Amino acid sequence: MCNQTVCLIAAELERQGISTVAIQLLREVSLRVRPPRALFVPFRHGHPLGEPGQPEGQRALLEAALRMLEDPTLRSPALLDYSP
Amino acid sequence: MGDISEFSLKVQLFLKAYRWRRIDPVPWTPLSKPLASCRVALVSSAGFVLPGQEPFDEKKRGGDPSFREIPSDTNVGSLADAHRSESFDHAAMLRDPNLAFPIDRLRELQESGRIGQVNRRHLSFMGSLTAIGRLVAETAPAAARLFAEDGVDVALLVPV
Repeated sequence: MCNQTVCLIAAELERQGISTVAIQLLREVSLRVRPPRALFVPFRHGHPLGEPGQPEGQRALLEAALRMLEDPTLRSPALLDYSP
Repeated sequence: MGDISEFSLKVQLFLKAYRWRRIDPVPWTPLSKPLASCRVALVSSAGFVLPGQEPFDEKKRGGDPSFREIPSDTNVGSLADAHRSESFDHAAMLRDPNLAFPIDRLRELQESGRIGQVNRRHLSFMGSLTAIGRLVAETAPAAARLFAEDGVDVALLVPV
């Protein structure tokens, strides 16, 4: 349910003029709910940014999210896969 | 990728029957300036609360759609995991709360100049909402107004 919750919050933020990226753990939920920008990560629930104690991995994932914001070719809804 | 098969059979059956809310039309706010000039905030659905904050109401039918403000200078070690779901491994984010609330990483991005500023506050929701009426009608708009007042340009959202 967490996936839907952050998608719905993201949509409201975008309506108020705030750009968003929602990390997503369940593709089938994202495809149905359709957040403006979703980054699918290959991790289990409870591990949205990977394994604990690995800041390099967290940095790389956040950088991928930031690049989604900078990509002028993306159109709504933008649903991308993240590969560590 | 997380998978629905991670969950118990009971949860899987619930998720298969659940009527997900389709966002339509999908709103879209492009960046209006370089990230190096943007103010950035986090939204976590890990149900974190700070000591002294009211816990999320675990007994509320359909889930508690309220949110807690987490100040930017929070030590992640002080965040308490109040998420009620038993459908995921809590141990990892207890060991490293940056997994679900990457405030230390956000501070690094500010220090390196990749982003402009870390917003002064961030938001924690209890993500396990099955009844989303109040979230959509009340608390998500309230969260958006709060960030708009702060001049937030970008929000990163992290489910668990």
